Amino acid sequence: MNAGAARSPELTVLRLARPYLKRLVGAGLLAAATELAGLALMATATWLLMTAAGQPPLDRLTVAIVAVRALAVSRGVLRYTERLAGHDAVLRLITDVRARVFGALAVRRGAPPRSGDALSRLVSDVEAVQDLLLRVVVPAAAAGLVSVLAVGLTVLISPPAALALAAGLLVAGVALPALATALTRRAAAEVAPLRGALAVDAVDLTHGAADLAAFGATASALATARQRAQRLARLERRLAALGFAIDAAGVLVAGATAGAVVFVALGAGVHGVLVGVLAVGALAAVEIALALVGAARQWTGLRSGLTRVAQLLEAVPDTDPGTEPAAPAGREADTGPAGGVVPAETRDAREAVAACAVRFDGVTVRYRPGAPAALDEFDLDVPAGRRVAVVGPSGAGKSTLAAVLTGAVPPDAGRVILDGRDVSGYPPDELPRLVGGLLAEAYVFHATVRDNVLLGRPGADEDALAAAVTAAGLADWIAAQPDGWNTVVGEEGGQLSGGQRQRLALARALLAAPGVLVLDEPTEGLDPSAADEVLASTLAATPATHSVLLITHRLNGLAEFDEVVVVDAGRVVQRGRHAELIAAPGWYRDQWVLQEAAEHGYLALSG
Amino acid sequence: MNRRPFDPRLLRRVPAARRDLALLALLGVLAAGLVVAQATALAVLLATAFTGQLDRVALAGFVAAVAARALVVWAQGVAAARVAATVKAALRADLLGAVARHGPGWVAGQRAGQLATLAGRGLDALDAYFTGYLPQLVLSVTVPVAVLGRVFLADWSSAVIIALTLPLIPIFGALLGWQAQAATERQWRRLSLLGGHFLDMVAGLPTLRAFGRARAQTDAVRRMADGHRLATMKTLRIAFLSALVLELVATLSVALVAVPVGIRLLDGGLALQTALLVLLLTPEAYLPLRTAGSRFHASMEGLTALDEALTLSGSAPDPTTRVGALPDGRGEIRFESVTVAYERTTALRDVTLTIRPGERIAVIGPSGAGKSTLLGLLLGFVTPTAGRVTVGGIDLADADLDGWRRQVAWVPQRAHLFAASLADNIRLGTPDAPPAEVATAVHAAALDDVVAALPDGLDTLLGERGHGLSSGQRQRVALARAFLRDAPVVLLDEPTARLDAAAETAVLSATRRLVAGRTALLVAHRPALLRDADRILRISDGRVTELTPVRAGEAR
Repeated sequence: MNAGAARSPELTVLRLARPYLKRLVGAGLLAAATELAGLALMATATWLLMTAAGQPPLDRLTVAIVAVRALAVSRGVLRYTERLAGHDAVLRLITDVRARVFGALAVRRGAPPRSGDALSRLVSDVEAVQDLLLRVVVPAAAAGLVSVLAVGLTVLISPPAALALAAGLLVAGVALPALATALTRRAAAEVAPLRGALAVDAVDLTHGAADLAAFGATASALATARQRAQRLARLERRLAALGFAIDAAGVLVAGATAGAVVFVALGAGVHGVLVGVLAVGALAAVEIALALVGAARQWTGLRSGLTRVAQLLEAVPDTDPGTEPAAPAGREADTGPAGGVVPAETRDAREAVAACAVRFDGVTVRYRPGAPAALDEFDLDVPAGRRVAVVGPSGAGKSTLAAVLTGAVPPDAGRVILDGRDVSGYPPDELPRLVGGLLAEAYVFHATVRDNVLLGRPGADEDALAAAVTAAGLADWIAAQPDGWNTVVGEEGGQLSGGQRQRLALARALLAAPGVLVLDEPTEGLDPSAADEVLASTLAATPATHSVLLITHRLNGLAEFDEVVVVDAGRVVQRGRHAELIAAPGWYRDQWVLQEAAEHGYLALSG
Repeated sequence: MNRRPFDPRLLRRVPAARRDLALLALLGVLAAGLVVAQATALAVLLATAFTGQLDRVALAGFVAAVAARALVVWAQGVAAARVAATVKAALRADLLGAVARHGPGWVAGQRAGQLATLAGRGLDALDAYFTGYLPQLVLSVTVPVAVLGRVFLADWSSAVIIALTLPLIPIFGALLGWQAQAATERQWRRLSLLGGHFLDMVAGLPTLRAFGRARAQTDAVRRMADGHRLATMKTLRIAFLSALVLELVATLSVALVAVPVGIRLLDGGLALQTALLVLLLTPEAYLPLRTAGSRFHASMEGLTALDEALTLSGSAPDPTTRVGALPDGRGEIRFESVTVAYERTTALRDVTLTIRPGERIAVIGPSGAGKSTLLGLLLGFVTPTAGRVTVGGIDLADADLDGWRRQVAWVPQRAHLFAASLADNIRLGTPDAPPAEVATAVHAAALDDVVAALPDGLDTLLGERGHGLSSGQRQRVALARAFLRDAPVVLLDEPTARLDAAAETAVLSATRRLVAGRTALLVAHRPALLRDADRILRISDGRVTELTPVRAGEAR
């Protein structure tokens, strides 16, 4: 990271809050006013009672009576307004943060976090920004402001009493929160390794349950996990004794401050009524300042998330339009689940591109230095209009081939020539028109079927859409849905079966109709007869001038391909047409024999 | 779903927590008494101060009450944390023990993930419930009772006002709904989680990029996030409204009590000390109820985790150490009309099969046809829905399973490697195996080069789930386990799946060495494995047919 990394993550995040500063300050002031109203309510009520005890005429109390009633109402109303204002400002900010984080991920080459864990962490990290403002910054600012005001007002009555109050507030609002931060941090550091180890134990005992049972090792693994859980419990009990000492100290400080204020004020000859007001006010003020202890604990827990968000945000240049405030609210405030994957204004009626040729020229890819090459000086020529199938064992480098071709992974050596130009020379938004299709991690969005397919070519007409879903074998399913094309497919495409998902992704690829259509296991999740059918209709639906690069482990339906390439350990080990390959000994024939045997129930050897 | 604020099953299932829970209740009573004592002392102190004098006894009493209250707050926290720690440790042991008692068939698939999360970090949500919510729940009973009692003794008319307004909090709470509020907040969490499909978009980034739409989508993300902001604000307005009502009830009650008391003071109908006591105590009556209410949401997560844990571990059968007959692994294995039906599918239908000692049998068939179920039956992970499996004439359903499994070496499709040293992973079934035997197994499994390449050799610690090893290397570790086991029966489930050709060769030759001279059942998906088989079975749609042994793969 650059010089920006030296800045604290909080500052990086708060810099984004600049457009909403007024709203945030407003929320902070309202929060302070809320607390102040509560404090004033108790103080005024005390004044009312103690003054009344002197039995003055009733009209001397009228103002106080009205004030008590007004304060009682205003506290609730103020709190309500404050929460609304605060949440509104912070949600606006979060909108920005989300857009910027997405922008940062979009421009970053390389895959986004893939595992569900990392993804949900990203989301909760963004939420940390929200919690930082709503639960730390705003309450802390309010508590600070109220404290200053309380001391200021007390000075007017009795400077020595103000001194006592200030001391109490400093302990409650500065010393104790600092102590809480240090303790929480230390406790987290002590607990984290044990919790982590226990989480691993849990994974081992559940995901490894079969292995443990088969090898008779369940009992000992269970004993280890139990011991660790006990150790964690002992540590947690020990840490609690320290942690709750701070809460106890808070109670003590509040009481001690009130006592000291009474003692000092009486000594300084303050009028009895005001002594009461000061004592009750001091008690309330310290309670308010103690909110900072909670804020400090919260803040400690948020730091790691904030750091990760800040790192992502630092990666985006400041010229990013994301620094501007959000688009006018209300416009296209479509909040339904089908928020629209395809933004209207970016729809373009792209014409189907002409055919183009691809050449792999000594391409080598190594994911880690020292690791075996995923592609090892790989050569392959795919002239325009040619249909090539790439087969081979898992891990042979087939998917890497697709990744290099689509520009997702840059080659360590060699180059991929697409239509006469190096793939790396194309701007990232232009390349997909020339090469693309159904890639390994085809994702189904939480949106309508139409939007999901349209992603292939926004602006495509109904005929093109219908042709694509028909070729992918999804047309009947769409027709059978009550909402037809507008059927919303669930989160992560969860409403669809594996086969339907695959067909949807295939339809999208067919609609995109790039010059070089890459299909990475397009029939995965389909049963054998459906797979054959879909593969045939897909090939038929692809314009004859377009090239097709099919990556598959299923050898059926390859007879029509111009060339079949067998890849192993990143190199081409066999090539030829299907008929030639099953005639010669080697991986291809072995695999063919076994697949036939498994699917049809016979073992037959040809040749 | 259990939505009671306290789950009574807890007392039964975690008896160790009973004492601390009782202590928590006792401390709640004590705390209530101290709230009253503190207010009483302060009222006396201030009433005397009204005359310009310092009541030293009252001051000392006030400070003492405050100190005692601080001590009780500390004790409450510690007791609550002790309960949390005890309950978590007990439930963790219970949950993981349930896995052991139910057996691996029960834990397979999604449930494994749920259990691992729950037993791992999921239960930590109980901290917020036990330390944040539960003590407040106790106080919300004891404090109002104590305050009402004290105010009633001092000034019954004020007590009536408090008694009439106090129920408004739970009533409004129920009406506007802490439940409803929690639900709204949950929904809000979910909304913000989706955050304008933020997660959806990030997860789908590779696809967006592949279609050249990643940059264009940034605007869409912003627009949708903004739409969600508006929707969220709508729900929040309602959620906050309930908080507003609860707050108003509490503050207005203070005003309702203070103003009449002040006017009665004017008439001299009330002592100042009593009036101050009433004023100081009134807000205390409402405070714990409101705090408990506001923490209800945070505690929900804990309650849900608690409910899940108690339900999951509660359904476990009692641990039964079966002392059935011990089958001899060198005997004949027979499947007699075995049918295995799962919830939705039937994995095997009426399978009859005899495996003679020393026979090597290859099993082929499309994925999902029931191949792994066949092995699961032999391991005792799966019990037949109908029919029986016998070894040397002894039904596995009544056999000493542990003893039987000691005679079986199993190489699963995807062996689980544990976060331990490589040597410990290999010694899984025989923790006391001498180093020489481990070395032999390593050699037999063609694992030498892997061991040599690791920084600490056999003592290298593997990451979670064997992180750091490739599929081929993991498969050879599983083979080494099987070699070390040195059992008469060997079960292999597609040992060469997901391997490249070079790794496959290494694993294949090791596999050949392993099955030599043993009864072996190999689920195969490569012809190379069929070469050494005495018989080949094909499973399709749950039915087993025998194929004529063809020297497949050995062409010409």
